[in-house]
Amino acid sequence: MIENATIEKAAYDVMTKAAIDIPNDYLEGIRGMVDLETGDLSAFVLKAMLDNYEAATEDRRPMCADTGLPRYWVKVGDNARFSGGFTGFERALRSATARATQDVPLRPNRVHPLWRTEHNNNIGINAPEVEWSFEPDADWIDVTTVHKGGLFGTDYRMLFPGDGLDGIKRFFLDTLIAFGKRGLACQPAIVGVGIGGSKDTCMQLGKQAACLRAVGDRNPDPKIAELEMELKELGNSIGMGAMGFIGSSMVVDCHIEVGFTHTGGMPVSVHTFCLSSRRATARIHADGSIAYRSDPQWFTPYMRRETIEWPSQQALDKSA
Amino acid sequence: MAEPTGPRQVRLKLPASPEDIARLELGCVVYLDGVVYTAREGVYEKVLVKGEKLPDGLSEISNVNFHCSPAASRQADGSYAIGGVTATASFRFSKYMADWLDRTGTKIIIGKAGMPREDYQKVLAPRGAVYLTTVGYGTGALLGRGVKSVRDVHWLDELGIAQAMWMFEVENFGPFIVDSDLVGNSLFAQQGDLVNEKIALLYEGLKPPALHRYGETDDRKKEVM
Repeated sequence: MIENATIEKAAYDVMTKAAIDIPNDYLEGIRGMVDLETGDLSAFVLKAMLDNYEAATEDRRPMCADTGLPRYWVKVGDNARFSGGFTGFERALRSATARATQDVPLRPNRVHPLWRTEHNNNIGINAPEVEWSFEPDADWIDVTTVHKGGLFGTDYRMLFPGDGLDGIKRFFLDTLIAFGKRGLACQPAIVGVGIGGSKDTCMQLGKQAACLRAVGDRNPDPKIAELEMELKELGNSIGMGAMGFIGSSMVVDCHIEVGFTHTGGMPVSVHTFCLSSRRATARIHADGSIAYRSDPQWFTPYMRRETIEWPSQQALDKSA
Repeated sequence: MAEPTGPRQVRLKLPASPEDIARLELGCVVYLDGVVYTAREGVYEKVLVKGEKLPDGLSEISNVNFHCSPAASRQADGSYAIGGVTATASFRFSKYMADWLDRTGTKIIIGKAGMPREDYQKVLAPRGAVYLTTVGYGTGALLGRGVKSVRDVHWLDELGIAQAMWMFEVENFGPFIVDSDLVGNSLFAQQGDLVNEKIALLYEGLKPPALHRYGETDDRKKEVM
């Protein structure tokens, strides 16, 4: 049985880790880009960012003051048992957010959208968001958080089947050029592309593709994996680097996620996860021990399933 | 790793003198010593729209306005912990800038991503002011290190941590890149023009989508701001 206090500790710890420690996959990605960058200014910017990651880890201070909109992605194993119920779980996440806001400190970004009032703790109506997913044959719980500045670098467009890959590429270029100028998107970025689903699912998939997959990870569909590489190269051929200066460092990696969609449409969303690509995951095991990592491993084969049945579920049904 | 070959580095004492400001060249890297204050829409609205009084002696203390919301928190002993410090996008404050510079005598704006390009010649340069951009964005930990103490904070209760006016004592505070000069040139504008030259090529051979959006521009040389 996993205690509620353990869930709160895990959530508090990932808030701290995400704010301060740059994930290694992203760090290596940026190091690789510095070597290839020919623009002097753009290269200077990347070098300064590498210094900044080091300073953050040394000083235990947030690498970027915009600690975003603190939020959670939770994956619960079918066999995980926790003492506080789902509302207790959510309360633990809210409490951890408020404590981390004071202690790390995180910027209390969350305000009422109309009255601009705040509680100085990143808690409010519909905040923090919690997205739930499930995993067969598991007794653990994964709690992931991401800190991502929220204002620029994301767009959505309804395309149609006839627009094809050309339409996707144009929209991809449109978004990167529009938000890449002056570096509003804080590139080089992990670019997430959501294709299909309902409009809201399309946004969600693109966001998760950007934030919840590590640099170097490829979609299991070989043709989609190929498109990921093609879009990455397209982005890096724009001629724009960090801060919109002349250069080639735009896309550290590109991740695509798809969802079955309306037969008449092809909604597409593009999201950029910035030069401070911050994420951290805690796995809470059934015995209450916690292991931390920076790769959320959010998109499991189960999450990308196409069928009604799932093998382990069939086995469960039989034994019932 | 490719060592950066270029940018010249300058250390600037604050409040910055007109001579020092005149010597800043586009693209050079600046570190600051002295006092900088933060102000963004919350403060601008208070002073310029609602007519509230500026803190006493602001112009003698600091002539540097940082478009920044720090990751800060109040400690049990009443002091403040300043963690990361980064800038927020400046172009949104364009409408306040002329009045703000006139009222405060501010000569250096620090922020993210510069101002709309016409502002450099119409607003900043005529008032002897230049724009420094943060790097990245952003080097929150490096800038956080440069903040030695909180000299004062105004309107904290009313505006909250993100929007309050913080006055930071800073030392070797940077890096920043000089975006604009007293003639009204802008590094962002120059680099943007160079990028624009190649954009049309990228779209060659890609057929346009079936649906356009009302209000959407077809001119990709335009900026979204």
